[in-house]
This record gives sequence, structure tokens and C-alpha cells, in this order.
Amino acid sequence: MLVSGNKSRPIYRGLEPDTFAKHNIIVTDGDGCAAVIEMAIAAGDAFSKRCTVLLCTKDLSDHERDESVRALGPATVWFFPTLETLLTRLDGMLRTARMGTRLYASGSEPLIGSTVKTALAHGIDHRSVSTEHRGSNKRRVQCVHCKGMTEDVTSTAVRCAHCGHTLLVHDQYSRRLAAYMGVRADAEVLGETPASIGVFQ
Amino acid sequence: MTTHNSRLVHVAQVQQVAREIKRFELVSLDETPLPAFSAGAHVTVTMRDRDHVWRNPYSLMGSPLDAKRYEISVLRVPQSRGGSAYMHRNVGIGSVLEISAPVNQFPLSNVGRKHIMIAGGIGITPFLAMLAQIKQDKRNFELHYAVRSVFDGAYFDVLRAADLPNVHLYRSDRGERIALPGILASQPLGTHLYVCGPQKMMDWALQTARREGWPDESVHCERFSAQPSGKTANVKLARSGKAIYVGEHQSILGTFSSDGVDAPSLCGDGQLLHNDHTLSVNEKLTGERATTCATRLDGGSLTLDL
Repeated sequence: MLVSGNKSRPIYRGLEPDTFAKHNIIVTDGDGCAAVIEMAIAAGDAFSKRCTVLLCTKDLSDHERDESVRALGPATVWFFPTLETLLTRLDGMLRTARMGTRLYASGSEPLIGSTVKTALAHGIDHRSVSTEHRGSNKRRVQCVHCKGMTEDVTSTAVRCAHCGHTLLVHDQYSRRLAAYMGVRADAEVLGETPASIGVFQ
Repeated sequence: MTTHNSRLVHVAQVQQVAREIKRFELVSLDETPLPAFSAGAHVTVTMRDRDHVWRNPYSLMGSPLDAKRYEISVLRVPQSRGGSAYMHRNVGIGSVLEISAPVNQFPLSNVGRKHIMIAGGIGITPFLAMLAQIKQDKRNFELHYAVRSVFDGAYFDVLRAADLPNVHLYRSDRGERIALPGILASQPLGTHLYVCGPQKMMDWALQTARREGWPDESVHCERFSAQPSGKTANVKLARSGKAIYVGEHQSILGTFSSDGVDAPSLCGDGQLLHNDHTLSVNEKLTGERATTCATRLDGGSLTLDL
């Protein structure tokens, strides 16, 4: 049912440091942090000192969080309990940032997508954001019928969190919305919905 | 890019605007409006002089809001292939020219928050169209224009007289230089840089931008200098079984048009000197694609899937 090979799906090329950047803003979560640590070690302390890491600690224990901070070395690390609070801070930082600031995102697809979406609003080209997908394959899905967003979707079909219709999750991705498309599963025959399969674990 | 959409135009006005630069105003033959264009676009002018054919790209410098006329400025380059000299020598009011449809490989970014334009000499032309568009859209900008002297720099006096607050003019005969590192160091996020001028100036600007931590996607260049030559080579066309001889100064595409070959894209195994700014570094390395207009050969042979 999934239409694979859809060209709208983003390609995550892996984190790559810009050693000329004067300031680096890195958005990450528990799983993505490993990629950030690998980049920081490879690029060296001079690079790390110019980094501000915005860490979403939603799925992290206090111990795991403290371990991550230690591993990030001289970088400045800020914690956020949810992705929403993190994005509010990111938006504020980008509003006053100067050219020479580079942006990175590593972790789940919703985290990367939301970071790119925030960047676009500040005139940053989506290709200028260095990205790496780590951890869960969960998706953010927009219902094409009611336009409501359903977060952390790990299976298709899925119930829309807003209108309650059963949605098939497509591979068609919107950079503007940072979401995949969800279309009613029983549009042809009312009430006939396929079994839900956990394909985005 | 292609010459399929070519049309004939009248030269309505010619004006000497600097020591070696003439401005040509082009109007359609039958009062119909010319195709709309966006700021930064160019047209390719085809010039025929007995057995010589030149195809030179020139930036449209007039306002994109005015479709009645196209304006181009032509610098006479002494050691060139001869197209600009032909324009200066043979083209006057009432001449008929063949031009391509406008193509834009140097557009203003739609997401950009601010636009910084760096011009050197004749490189000012696309920015004059951009200035008209930016003024209309009330966008944030800076223009830095460097000329050798007031006699060599086209529209220098016009810009000086206009006295716009964000236009900065530099004369290298007075030792004035664009302080690019300082300019790039203090720009708000979302600023885009546009550079058009001599090759050395563009290399310098690209390098400075990278050193200041600017992403490549925020830096735009327009290059119009003639392609360097290659070596003579034989090109085989696999599908049609044709064999074509390409001279040192010829483009593969140039030989196609005289041999009646229609060329979209291709596949090669020769030693390619790519010279283009369209293909990515990876595409160039694999040798699976090449632009037949810009690519030259380092001798040997090449097989194309045509």
C-alpha cells in the first residue's frame, strides 16, 4: 500500500561539520545524540566550542542525559522536555542569528523535519541544513481531509487524532508541513479498513 | 538554453555607455510583447556573418516589469571569439537580431531575507534588472559595484547620481576595494550573496563566503566568460552510428547542430573537461553525463548514447 520510491521523501546525508562556521546550532534527541558526538569528536574541540546543542530529553533518563552532556565535551548543551519547547527556542535563536551560523539536525524524522521547517522561515535553504536520521522511523502525518497533524505514527493504517478517520500513511512528504500524507483508508468501501501494521517502528 | 525558441527582434536604440560598452535596446518586429522574464535572466544572441556563427549570452538589464523591450549591454572583448566585436561593429539602429527565449540561471532567492550583490565591470548588468525588481518588492539589499575607472564602468554615473542609500561604488583607479570579509561578517541569517564579474573576482567572493561560514546554497554566481578550449577528438554516437569530429575550439553541441543531431543528455567514457556549472561534482566524476555545450575533450574519443 505504501508507494515506495516517492521522490518527495527527504534524503538525510549524515552530519557534516562546517569548520569555517562561526556558530553551530545542533538540534538532536536521545538517539540522534550519538551522531552529534561522533561529529564533535571527528571535528575536534575548536569546532565543539562553537556549538550550541539543543537536546530534546523526552525519551532520556536523567542519567542518560548527563552521560550525553559529558560526551559532548566543550559544546554548550541546553535541555528541552519536548520538541515543541525546543523549536520555540530555536526559532528565537535564528531570529537574531547572523550569517556564518550553520544548522544541524540529528534524530527522528519529525525532529529533523521540524528543524528544517523552522529554518525555512528564516531564509535558510533546506539543503543548507546538515541532517542525519537516527533511531525510530516514526512519522508525523497530516490528515488530508481535516488537515490535523497526528504525531509519532509508527503504523499504517492509523486513526487520525483529530477527525477519527482511519488513514493510510503515504510516502508523500511535505517539507513545508514537515509531515507525511495520510489518506482515508476506507474511502472506496465505507468501514472496510486494512489491518494496522507497525512499519515505522 | 536551447535555440528552438528563437525569435527575431529589431534594434531600436544603440548607446555608447562606457569606453568599450554599448547598450542595445531590442523590440519585437510586430509590436507583440516579448516573453516575460525574471531578474537575472539572459538571452542568447545569434550572430551570423557570412560563414561565422556566434552565440553569445547577454544578461537582460531592463526592468522585468516592462515586457515591451529587452536591454542588453555588450562589452567588446579584444581577444574573444569575435561575437562582441561583431555586435559593436555591425549592429546598429534598425538591425535585426536573432535571440533565444530568456533563461534564468541567476535568479533572486525567494526565501532570502536580504540580498547582497557584488558586481565587477560588465557584471553590473543582471543587477540592474534585480534592482528594479527589488525596488518593486521592497526587499532588503546592498549593491557593491567595482569598476576600473569611470570611463570603463557602465552606468557608474547613473548609479552615483541616483544616490541610493544601499548602493556602494568603488573605483580601483583610486585604490578603492570592496571590503568583502567585513560585509559578509555582519549579515543577518537568511542573507543571499550574488556575484557577477571577472572570473578572479568570483573565485575570490566564493572563497571569502566559504571562509565566513556561508553555506554554498546562499551564494550565487553568474559566469559568462568563454569556455576554455580542449583538444581535437572523435565523438561516436552509439545509437545512430554516426561519427563526428570536434575541433579544439568547437563544442560538441556546436558540431551537432551542423550535423543535424538532436541532443538531450548523454553517456560517455572519454576524458572529459566538464567546464560547466550545472552538473554536481559526483555527476562529473562518474562520466555518465556531460553538457554538450560546455564540455571539451582531453583528446581521445567519446561515445554518446544518441
